[in-house]
Amino acid sequence: MAEHERHQPLLVADHLGKNYGRLTACRDVSFALYPGEVLAIVGESGSGKTTLLQLLSAQLAPSTGKVSYRMRDGVLRDLASLGEAERRFLFRTDWGYVHQDPAQGLRMAVSAGANVGERLMAVGWNHYGRIRDTASSWLERVEIDIGRIDDAPRTYSGGMRQRLQIARNLVTEPRLVFMDEPTGGLDVSVQARLLDLLRNLVSELGLAAIVVTHDLAVARLLSHRVMVMKGGRVIETGLTDQVLDDPREPYTQLLVSSILPA
Amino acid sequence: MRLEPVTAMIKIENAEKTFVMHLQGGVELPVVRGVSFQVREGECVVLSGPSGAGKSSILKMIFGNYRCDGGRIGIRHEGSVIDLATAEPRQVLSVRRATIGYVSQFLRAVPRVAAIDVVAEPLIVGGVARAEARERAGALLRRLNIPERLWALPPSTFSGGEQQRVNIARGFVSDLPILLLDEPTASLDAANRSVVVELIGEKKRADVAMVAIVHDDEIRHLLADRVVDVTSFAAAA
Repeated sequence: MAEHERHQPLLVADHLGKNYGRLTACRDVSFALYPGEVLAIVGESGSGKTTLLQLLSAQLAPSTGKVSYRMRDGVLRDLASLGEAERRFLFRTDWGYVHQDPAQGLRMAVSAGANVGERLMAVGWNHYGRIRDTASSWLERVEIDIGRIDDAPRTYSGGMRQRLQIARNLVTEPRLVFMDEPTGGLDVSVQARLLDLLRNLVSELGLAAIVVTHDLAVARLLSHRVMVMKGGRVIETGLTDQVLDDPREPYTQLLVSSILPA
Repeated sequence: MRLEPVTAMIKIENAEKTFVMHLQGGVELPVVRGVSFQVREGECVVLSGPSGAGKSSILKMIFGNYRCDGGRIGIRHEGSVIDLATAEPRQVLSVRRATIGYVSQFLRAVPRVAAIDVVAEPLIVGGVARAEARERAGALLRRLNIPERLWALPPSTFSGGEQQRVNIARGFVSDLPILLLDEPTASLDAANRSVVVELIGEKKRADVAMVAIVHDDEIRHLLADRVVDVTSFAAAA
């Protein structure tokens, strides 16, 4: 990455909001995300964090404001103004989206190798041997035994499925990955392994990521910066360790003080 | 051409900090106010004062871990001065990558990460190749008497003293121009204490500016070029 690109935001949210009739799910959210930066959005269920993630990843249209993204030509573009081909490019290549439930992000009945290879074929790869080699090397990176490459993910454990979903997302070398409660449904020991894996991949690949989580430990381990949401608004934002060690808002203090000591 | 005067690496002016405890009915807990001192290259300033006087809070403010409610925390970073009291998160991160190292009182261990990688991480983040980073990390762990058979294990399984030595190695491994040390010798035996005193001496000779909290009088005497009494910054309610 050229030096000057590091200093230009990759994604910019500008007074973003979403209403469902009279219900406001999310209001007036503004921030800039830079290349290589990991932002955690924390808050309880119903705080609007998942709605925000869907707005940021162009799965929902905003009621107010806009989201802009720096395309590979270096130009910052309003997501709402993109054509179908550009949107496809984002969804298939330049972005990843890791769902809490791997079944939503994987095809459960086709092999693990095909799950990873499919993203490559969608961007024009057509050499079977190369696709299989790349898929195998990604399975290794996410610590899945190569002997399981021809098995379908429905035969996998929850932790393996989540790691496969991550491989499927990262194989196209995206610049930005959205994650919705990536460790949500997993046992604690499995969570630790997944977090460690994610942490290494994100720093090795220099990925930018936006991670929605209600788990402050996940935010501490993965993110550089956090936004705390409550009632659809961002109530506190800052460096992750600063917000968690020196929380300023009453609600953030409540969240931090509610962590059970291990 | 005139010779440049010795540059202040840290220049704190009237910094202050108050905690507002919203869960305790909004009680205000003033910690420090009017904090002003400077630290030059190659100088070790020791903060003194009783427990609760705000020594650790001041270190955390210089690291950007605690927010500063007023005043200025000037840090010489990559050739210019940046005010950490008002810096953006990404600027604070950049200061931590290139300028300020911090040895906290306790190691915050990441599950599953081997001790040697915990120590090597700041170097890797700073752009050093993995093999070289691990080599330098190993050398330091050896000096701090952490047996090689433990290097591949996560430090969460170590004794308190061993964890503290891993923490010290992590803080001392890189060549950052500023180091903050919160009780670096607290839970160590005499042999390891003298290793840490040696390491600090080496940093001084390498022109590193240091701020330390040291309770042991003898060690403080060995390390301090200057003592700043924190009780003068007490923020009486």
